[in-house]
Amino acid sequence: MVETSYKSEQIFEWLSEVADPEIPVLTITDLGIVRDVDCSDGVTVSLTPTYSGCPATEVIEASVVAALEEQGVSDVRIRRVLSPPWTTDWISQEGRDKLRIYGIAPPERREGPIVCPRCESGQTERVSEFGSTACKAAYRCRDCLEPFEYFKCL
Amino acid sequence: MSDNLLMAAYASRLGDNALVLGQRMIELVAASPELEEELANANFSLDYIGQARMFYTYAGKCEGVGRDEDDFAFLRPEHEYRNLLLVEQPNGHFGDSTVRQVLFESWYLHLLEALTRCSDEGISEIAARAIKEVRYHLRHSSQWLLRLGDGTEESHRRVQQSLDNLWKFTGEMFSPDDLDDEMRAIFNGPHLEIIEAQWREDVRAIVEQATLKMPDNQWMASGGKQGRHTEHFGYLLAEMQHLQQTYPGATW
Repeated sequence: MVETSYKSEQIFEWLSEVADPEIPVLTITDLGIVRDVDCSDGVTVSLTPTYSGCPATEVIEASVVAALEEQGVSDVRIRRVLSPPWTTDWISQEGRDKLRIYGIAPPERREGPIVCPRCESGQTERVSEFGSTACKAAYRCRDCLEPFEYFKCL
Repeated sequence: MSDNLLMAAYASRLGDNALVLGQRMIELVAASPELEEELANANFSLDYIGQARMFYTYAGKCEGVGRDEDDFAFLRPEHEYRNLLLVEQPNGHFGDSTVRQVLFESWYLHLLEALTRCSDEGISEIAARAIKEVRYHLRHSSQWLLRLGDGTEESHRRVQQSLDNLWKFTGEMFSPDDLDDEMRAIFNGPHLEIIEAQWREDVRAIVEQATLKMPDNQWMASGGKQGRHTEHFGYLLAEMQHLQQTYPGATW
């Protein structure tokens, strides 16, 4: 019997190609929802949901299985982990940059204004704390007058 | 009752609160006063349904006879639902829904907080996940209570009426039954009297800031935790369950 074993770094690299279905500019590793990859017996990928009601959870799980199958990994299991709960602090620096370029202000823990992702002005105002998806708030820039979304801290 | 069955009953009761409230909120989809509100409500109801799924899945696992989340949600009759009467109350006007959310979420937040410290890992993990969501749900519903209470004379009058009408459904949140007692004794579960004091303080602060009056102590309705529901609940279930009850196991 031919035993194929994978290195978890390799699996992580393949998973870094899987896009988040709601914010396709981000991959699931940018988001920080891939918590662990265990290659000791087949491949077990531990994923954590961003929100309990996130409708993307099942889609993401299916995309992970599909992405790994495409690389020839057949024995893939998904484990859902809840603890510790996901936080926006796990979004990578690369992910934050991608969000900004995409037009979404990334989550900021620091005090101060939310900066417009288009013109970098700090003269912005909140239109609604509760935006198009649970994770976003609606903002408007008073300088360039463009509306934009802010990815809230969680 | 074995510890596992106790946990199954407790988890499914938490699932019932989340699912029934989520279903009520879904009824409001396409009926909100403004677009942002529409999206907020829909996203929040999704959070509740997501929480219900986790609680039911866990209940099924503890019970160990192969029931899944859908079995709990769609194939149980009314008297097996153990949710609070408060969450099954109809949406009424926007003030009624807002008050229902504030009263429930102020309680649920403290309950979840206590559950993160219980000795059962399955429940404490779900609670830790859910609490982050409920914290901003409550921020949202409280903001609306402030706007309505401290708004126009008409909105003030109507939302005070909502508060007075729904108040009788709050007693049930704090009167422990056998399941609450066992949960506390065996798993270091929530202490409902402590939660009542915290809740009262939080609700009083919001109500007074909204220039509203706390309702007087009064007769309290109960029965939800024993499966005796108000007449509104059957209609909610009928709509929610109709497809699965007609074609059990149907998928698409």
